[in-house]
Amino acid sequence: MHGAATAGHREDGVTGPAPTPPAALLSIRALRVDLRAEGELRRVIHDVTLDVAEGESVGLVGESGSGKSMTARAVARLLPEGAVTGGEIVFDGEPVLTLRGAALRRFRRGGIATIFQDPAAHINPVRTIGDHLTEGLRLVRGVDAREAERRAAAMLGEVGIAGGERRLRQHPHELSGGMLQRVMIASVLLDEPRLILADEPTTALDVTTQSEVMALLSELSRERRLAMLYITHDLELAAGVCDRTAVMYAGAVMEVQRSAALNDGPLNPYTAALLAARPRVDARSDRLEAIAGRPRSAFEAPEGCVFADRCPHVEDACVAERQELRPLAGGLVRCRRAEELRGRLGHA
Amino acid sequence: MLTRLAGLLLTLLVASVVIYGALYLAPGDPSTLLAGNKATPRTLESIREQWHLDDPFYERYWAWLSGAVRGDLGESFTYKQSVGSLISDRIGTTTLLIAYAFALVLVGGVLLGIVGALRPRAGAGITAVSSVGIAVPSYVAAIVLITVFAVELGWFPVFGDGTGFLDRLWHLTLPAIALALAWNAYVAQLTKAAVHEESLRDHVATARSRGVAEGAIVRRHIVRNALIPITTVLGITIAGLVAGTVVIEQSFNLNGIGSLLVQATSSKDFALVQGISLLLVTIFVVVNVGVDLLNAALDPRLRTERRP
Repeated sequence: MHGAATAGHREDGVTGPAPTPPAALLSIRALRVDLRAEGELRRVIHDVTLDVAEGESVGLVGESGSGKSMTARAVARLLPEGAVTGGEIVFDGEPVLTLRGAALRRFRRGGIATIFQDPAAHINPVRTIGDHLTEGLRLVRGVDAREAERRAAAMLGEVGIAGGERRLRQHPHELSGGMLQRVMIASVLLDEPRLILADEPTTALDVTTQSEVMALLSELSRERRLAMLYITHDLELAAGVCDRTAVMYAGAVMEVQRSAALNDGPLNPYTAALLAARPRVDARSDRLEAIAGRPRSAFEAPEGCVFADRCPHVEDACVAERQELRPLAGGLVRCRRAEELRGRLGHA
Repeated sequence: MLTRLAGLLLTLLVASVVIYGALYLAPGDPSTLLAGNKATPRTLESIREQWHLDDPFYERYWAWLSGAVRGDLGESFTYKQSVGSLISDRIGTTTLLIAYAFALVLVGGVLLGIVGALRPRAGAGITAVSSVGIAVPSYVAAIVLITVFAVELGWFPVFGDGTGFLDRLWHLTLPAIALALAWNAYVAQLTKAAVHEESLRDHVATARSRGVAEGAIVRRHIVRNALIPITTVLGITIAGLVAGTVVIEQSFNLNGIGSLLVQATSSKDFALVQGISLLLVTIFVVVNVGVDLLNAALDPRLRTERRP
């Protein structure tokens, strides 16, 4: 398999690649990322293992600094210059991290499209909306200008923007943030990807616009049977729109479960703490539960379990050794006490 | 557009008052300068009458301004010729020199800047060379160029403006290089910074993630956006080149507006100094408006009318 060659030629210390289930469209195995900061390498991702099947939507949830956006950048091959990666990412049977030159460009035009957090910054302000929408069609796929514009105008209608033809001539600053994110979604759909990477697509928007845009994105990708990796800090939102949800902390995936199960039966104490920390509309409380301490970045995480220094269920053994992600109850969990704590975690 | 035009006219009006008033306020009696120290009071009297020196300021200013608007800038008393014809005889040389130098800056400065920003290794060398370029005064560059290429190698004439277009270009090559050198370096540095900044923008990552070829990204998303700051820098450059002709025309003995201004100033030829100054200010103002218009054409955010 491709994996063997990849793993052999990267110094990641992984003994043999983990088997990739054939159904997975995107498969991330033991991903590790170091970024260069002031001349030295700094770890931002320890260990991310995650699959996204064809047509499946998976949420990747974490606090700021947990490495969720870096994971997305690694998948899209948009890591900053000088980044060092380990482990592997396989998309549609092809290892992604080693792609270069023409092969890299072929990969980018062939299947993964990214929706970025801040549409105002991610759409060129001096070019028209039409330019942005049709760029992929015209420059990458050689569709002629008139046909590309026709498709773009039609797609604007699908994402709920009326007056498509006129909109194509407008510039980004003439549209609201919510509109621009719809334009971004339209441009991604026009490129006909198989997987959408949505990197906090609604974080920069008003709350009311957020839910509209999220509903639209979720509906359109389901309709087209597109796989989606949805990155967010909002556990509830992820669980609401995704089939499965992965929770990240300090550069490592702590737990992956079916979204429905996650809310009632978190397997990892960190997930339980996140659920408890969330303010609830239906129950008034005088104080909010907060997780003790502050979130750790990957490079400052403790030696043993990365959550050990903040975990209410910590034992000496937790601090002693790194934990691996292992299967439990149909999901995956990274916690040595998971079996024993099962059913006792959560907010019941 | 209308407010911009009104602003342009107001700027010119204020500048014309300053130009005219500065010489009015200059020390010394113009009539003595005109007639020389040994002139009799009678001669002085007649000169004062001839040049309207005893009229109040606003009357003289008005006479001058209304003449200027009609294209009559008065008469030079050293050349005994109309200021207008003195300028028009020399404007060709100066315009060609500035255009030549500007073309060099466009090719050298802008292109080097773009290459320097996109190729980091070349960029370091370009930075080093342009630092030297910025530091060398144009008259020093002129002396070096004349010594090496005109005197030693004999490839170019030592001075003079030549006749016929190609001959004039040949004569103006060394002056244009000397004039353009520092601006070349300056434009290269600023272009490099602008292009580098644009290359880090998020929308560039968007295009890259869509698989757009690198060449198209550079053209459509990096250089296209960097043109906005580059245009502003080029506007400043034109103004700088115009001012620089004063030194360069002297150094290369060219018969242009710059050397005319130097002569007029040293002989206190008021009408001539005023005429040339007014011309220069007009050029600066027009260049400024041109830059504004270009920027509005390049940046849609500047040309959207405000909505209620």
